[in-house]
Order: sequence, then C-alpha cells, then structure tokens
Amino acid sequence: MLNIVWPIFIIISFSFAIFSGNLENLNNSIFESTKEAVNLSISLLGTLCLWSGIMEIASKTTLTEKLTKLLKPILKFLFPNLKNPKIHKEISMNMIANILGLGNAATPLGLKAMDSMQKENKKKDTLSDSMMMFIVVNTASIQIIPTTVIAIRNSLGSTSPTSIIFPTWVATIIAAIFGIFVAKILIKFTKGDKS
Amino acid sequence: MQIINFISIIAMPMIILLIVIYGVGEKNKVFDTFLEGAREGIKTTISILPTLIGLFVAIGALRSSGVLDLIINIAGPVLNIINFPSELMPLAVLRPISGSGSIAVATDIMKNCGVDSLIGKIASTIMGSTETTLYTIAVYTSCVKIKKTRYVLVASLAADIAGIVVSTVTCRILS
Repeated sequence: MLNIVWPIFIIISFSFAIFSGNLENLNNSIFESTKEAVNLSISLLGTLCLWSGIMEIASKTTLTEKLTKLLKPILKFLFPNLKNPKIHKEISMNMIANILGLGNAATPLGLKAMDSMQKENKKKDTLSDSMMMFIVVNTASIQIIPTTVIAIRNSLGSTSPTSIIFPTWVATIIAAIFGIFVAKILIKFTKGDKS
Repeated sequence: MQIINFISIIAMPMIILLIVIYGVGEKNKVFDTFLEGAREGIKTTISILPTLIGLFVAIGALRSSGVLDLIINIAGPVLNIINFPSELMPLAVLRPISGSGSIAVATDIMKNCGVDSLIGKIASTIMGSTETTLYTIAVYTSCVKIKKTRYVLVASLAADIAGIVVSTVTCRILS
C-alpha cells in the first residue's frame, strides 16, 4: 500500500510546490517532519518500554487468560481462522488497552500480535485475513473515554467537556461495525490466506 | 464530569497496580519479566522510526505545499450538497493521515466556532471516534515487513467515513 501511497504523496506535493512557488514552505516542512518523527519516537520509547514491560508481566499471569475467556465470542467472530491461544491472549490485551484509552499500551501489544500472526501467515509479504481484520479493529479506535479530546475541550474552557462522550460512543461503535462488515465482505470475496 | 475525570485519572495506575499484584501473587519474577518486555519496547520503537520519518515527510509536504488546501477547496462545495458543514472539511481530510495535524485543526475549529457550539461538538466527536488510520496501518504492516496490504485501507477508511458521518448526525440530533 505505502509503495503506492507514499510516492503519490511525494510526487503530487513536490511538483505542486515547484509550480506554485511554495518551495520555502516545503523545505521547512521537510526538516520539521523528520524532527517531528524523531521527537515522537523518543517520547514513544519511554512509554512503549514501560508498557511492554508491564504487559509482559500481565501475560505471565492468569489475568490475561480470564480476559481472553471474556472476549472469546468476539474473537471467534472476528478471527475464525485463529486457533493459537497465545495470539488470542495478545489480541485480547490489545483490545482491552484500546478500550481503556491506553493507546501507548495497545501499540506494543498489537505489534506483538501481528508478529505472532505473521509466523502463521503462509504468504509472508501479504496480510492474512486475520491480520487485516485486526488492523481494521485497531483503526476503529473503540474507547470508553476519549481522554485527549476531553482534555482539549477542558483547556478551551468548555462548560461541559464530557458532553461528547455519548455521541462518541455511538459514532465509534457504528464506525467499528461498519469497518468490520466491509472487511468481512472483502475477505469473503477476495481469496486470502486462511491463517 | 467529576466521575469521568476520576475514571480517566485512575485507569492507568489501577491497571499497573492490578498487574503487578497479580504477578507477585502468582510468584513470578516480576522485575525480570518487566525488563524482558521493556527490552522488546526498544526494538519496537527503533523498528517503527523509519516508517514514521517517511510518512511524516510525505504528509508534511502534502500540507505545506498547499495540495491539501486545494483538495479541501474542491471537496468543500461537493460536501455542502449533502449538508456537511464546510468548517469541518479540513478535519475530515486530515484525520486519517495525520494525528498531530488533526489535533491542531480540531483545536482551531473549536476555538473559532466555539467549543460548545454544534460544529465544535461535531469536531470533538470526530476526534474521539476515529483514529489516524494511515499511521496505524503503516506501523502495523511495516513491523512484520508486509508489502501487500490487500483491502485494509479500503475497510479502515470506510470505518472513518462512517465515524465522521455518524458523529455529524448524532450531534445534530442531540442538539
């Protein structure tokens, strides 16, 4: 995907900037963007290490098994081809972290689950059905409390910063169901790897 | 408000506490296990850095070159036909491709139109109910070196569009 999207972005915006004489802005943004990526990585380094460590502890307790059992019906529906209990555990932990709004904890767990699914994937350069569904679920951003937005609203002096929680639930659930539905249909009509 | 504040403040400490208590209770070597996991975190961060640099440069260029403004100007009138507020157009375009960019734009919209206005509420709901799709897909696929992503972008963008439409409709109905 990025082999197509990335050059399109670069070619369109660089040639547009050259023709419209917007080069100074472009030059600045190139350096700013690399800096931004490094800054983000540095701040991610701390939280990702912390959460990877904490979640490693969790994965060795029976706590994760209990959570996985709780999510079993959902897992069965979303990932009918996955049988490995280790992957089930990793996916459940990722989902719980997402729901609780702990994005930084969800990422290392999600990447671990991707790693484990890749081991069972037969075509190593192509997403399997389960991996595709897993990414769609992760991009749907199901969370109980949208903390970032509430913080922004609070800082702007809103009279009720939390009033958006209910509409957010409605929107996020319908969006997730729609995304999952589209993914299911696309999986059915394209022959993918069944792992 | 107070209850919600309390829940969002206590969530992280409670989870860490619960996990550590479980670990100690089941007689695991908790700190050794922690270090094992934390080391993995370093690997993860380093492995996603090249993806981030490539992506950020391309998206930064899209914004600074003026291409994004052009898209917004063209798509604005089209979306006006279906009654989608034109103030929200930049957010809808930016949301799937840039996390920091969409936070900046959403904050701007809330400031200009009023946090508690309908537009401000819709902007907040869009931010809360959608994710930086392109970033998530890029990080999740590049960490396992996958090149062919099949239709994952289509499905995720479909979810984003649904999220934006439902946010607009729900806020309209509730106000």
